[in-house]
Amino acid sequence: MRTNGGSDLIRDLAATQYCCQQEKTDVTIQPAINAPVISAKGLDLTFQTGDGPVHALRDVSLDIGKGDFVSFIGPSGCGKTTFLRVMADLEQPTAGQITVNGTSPEAARKARAYGYVFQAAGLYPWRTIGGNIRLPLEIMGYDRADQDARVARVLDLVELGGFEKKYPWQLSGGMQQRASIARALAFDADILLMDEPFGALDEIVRDHLNEQLLKLWDRTDKTICFVTHSIPEAVYLSTKIVVMSPRPGRITDVIDSPLPRVRPLEIRDTPEFLEIAHRVREGLRAGHAYDD
Amino acid sequence: MRNALPVLTVLIAILAIWYVAVAPMNIRVALDQAQRAGAVLQPETALERQEVSVWSLMLRNSAQIGQTYAMERPRLPTPGQVATELWSTTGEMALNGRAMSKRSLIYHGWITLQSTLWGFALGTALGILGAVAIVYSRVVNMSLMPWAIISQTVPIVALAPMIIVVSSQLGIQDRAVPKAIISAYLCYFPVLVGMVKGLRSPAHAQLDLLKTYNASGFQAFLKLRLPASVPYLFTSLKVGIAAALVGTIVGELPTGAISGLGARILIGDQFGTPLAIWAALVAAAVLAGVLVTLLDIAQRVTLRRMGMAP
Ligand SMILES: Nc1ncnc2c1ncn2[C@@H]1O[C@H](COP(=O)(O)OP(=O)(O)OP(=O)(O)O)[C@@H](O)[C@H]1O
Ligand SMILES: [Mg+2]
Repeated sequence: MRTNGGSDLIRDLAATQYCCQQEKTDVTIQPAINAPVISAKGLDLTFQTGDGPVHALRDVSLDIGKGDFVSFIGPSGCGKTTFLRVMADLEQPTAGQITVNGTSPEAARKARAYGYVFQAAGLYPWRTIGGNIRLPLEIMGYDRADQDARVARVLDLVELGGFEKKYPWQLSGGMQQRASIARALAFDADILLMDEPFGALDEIVRDHLNEQLLKLWDRTDKTICFVTHSIPEAVYLSTKIVVMSPRPGRITDVIDSPLPRVRPLEIRDTPEFLEIAHRVREGLRAGHAYDD
Repeated sequence: MRNALPVLTVLIAILAIWYVAVAPMNIRVALDQAQRAGAVLQPETALERQEVSVWSLMLRNSAQIGQTYAMERPRLPTPGQVATELWSTTGEMALNGRAMSKRSLIYHGWITLQSTLWGFALGTALGILGAVAIVYSRVVNMSLMPWAIISQTVPIVALAPMIIVVSSQLGIQDRAVPKAIISAYLCYFPVLVGMVKGLRSPAHAQLDLLKTYNASGFQAFLKLRLPASVPYLFTSLKVGIAAALVGTIVGELPTGAISGLGARILIGDQFGTPLAIWAALVAAAVLAGVLVTLLDIAQRVTLRRMGMAP
């Protein structure tokens, strides 16, 4: 592990990749910080399936401000993935409105406004790790030198420095998942949509990547939507925790975290942290009770 | 070398069964010949022997069994006889500088190979283009696919003479053209089916990922569908080239063809020289084996280069 080098890398990344945004951010950070980047009102989504309609989302309303780190937590099948896919224009709501960056999700997608990390890594087996990370850059038309620099940067960021030339089958599942995160970080998208990105990782690596992700978020002012099944992970990472419950999928609680932006791992032992975790757990229980 | 052992075992088993089968296959003819040469047999006349099974003929005339392995026009020649015939029409003629003589199987194999390769190229091109059209157009999918399937239910032996007649009506004198068309007709189908499957093989999530990049349809084709289809393509190419060879040989069967392995088989049949038929058959099998093996090597090399195989 190269933990001690990690924060330097993040600083490098922040300094170089986002240099152009720095100016803008400095000027606008105060008034714009809570202007909604994603705003959903009364979203409904029903899938028509062979065994009848599945109500995946019902009356979902949520505002996500610029620079928010939002976690979605809830039992399996409560529509977390579906909600993320609606934001990404991969699924069309059957009712309600949603705007992303003030426009439709489709316009935001066409403007390449977000990076999406899927539940499964989904790397191309015929591309090396470096080649996989290069994929969005090729499609978006970055020039060759810029591609090389970005690939090297994000590989270091997820600590896959020596693996650029390896093929996915030569990596463990957790390493593949990290490569898929690097792929979403390689281009300049203000919004990061992450669907259980660390679900396949061991506790130590997960802690480490959580720390890295927080630092990245803190320095780059990305807006992050993050799906997880882990209460500590949700509380540790988020400024806003959205608790959902299934059948039909809906939001049962939205918790604004009072924790500071800069969070050492030890914060997880503080009373404030445990109190929020408790509230999330209660919210999850209530969702279940409603069901039975 | 590890792969060679099972292959050799099977080969030896086939040769053994073949060898054993020679005696029962040839015994009646051998006995008829022996009778004409004045030998005393059980039963004595050909008419009576019709009523008796080959097994009891062999038991009762065991002295004649040796004859069945050394006949000039056997119903079933021994592997050795076929090998000798094959050698005398290939290697031996080549050594004498007559490799391209009209009696040489190298010459006839070369004729067949040319048509096969033309048909293979044509069929592969049609198969790939058809697959792309089917994958990208719902209309083509619904209109072309049923016809592609129907095309393969028409027996090629019925269709081949028609293609030859039509092409000569159109004033195409060269026999190689209709042969290549028949060959392509058999070859395009496995390529089409394999490519459709390959182009459709990427998972939904992978297409969704490209959608989040706002990738164009052409980029999705070039960067995802095409590379994902490569293993499928090679598998169908191996089936396709064998089908192309069969198509060419069928195209050489209708009367009129004088060169090619198919023509050798037909001529061997007409002139009652089974050894020639068998030699041509084995030559065709060897040719198919070589072509499929070459494609197999190309597949391994390509997949390894692409990083898809260790
Ligand atoms: N494409 C689809 N067609 C039909 N039903 C679907 C589809 N996608 C999701 N669903 C259904 O919608 C509901 C919500 O699914 P979703 O994947 O959003 O849940 P999730 O909260 O992400 O669950 P998990 O934690 O297991 O990933 C489920 O009941 C699921 O069966
Ligand atoms: Mg999910």
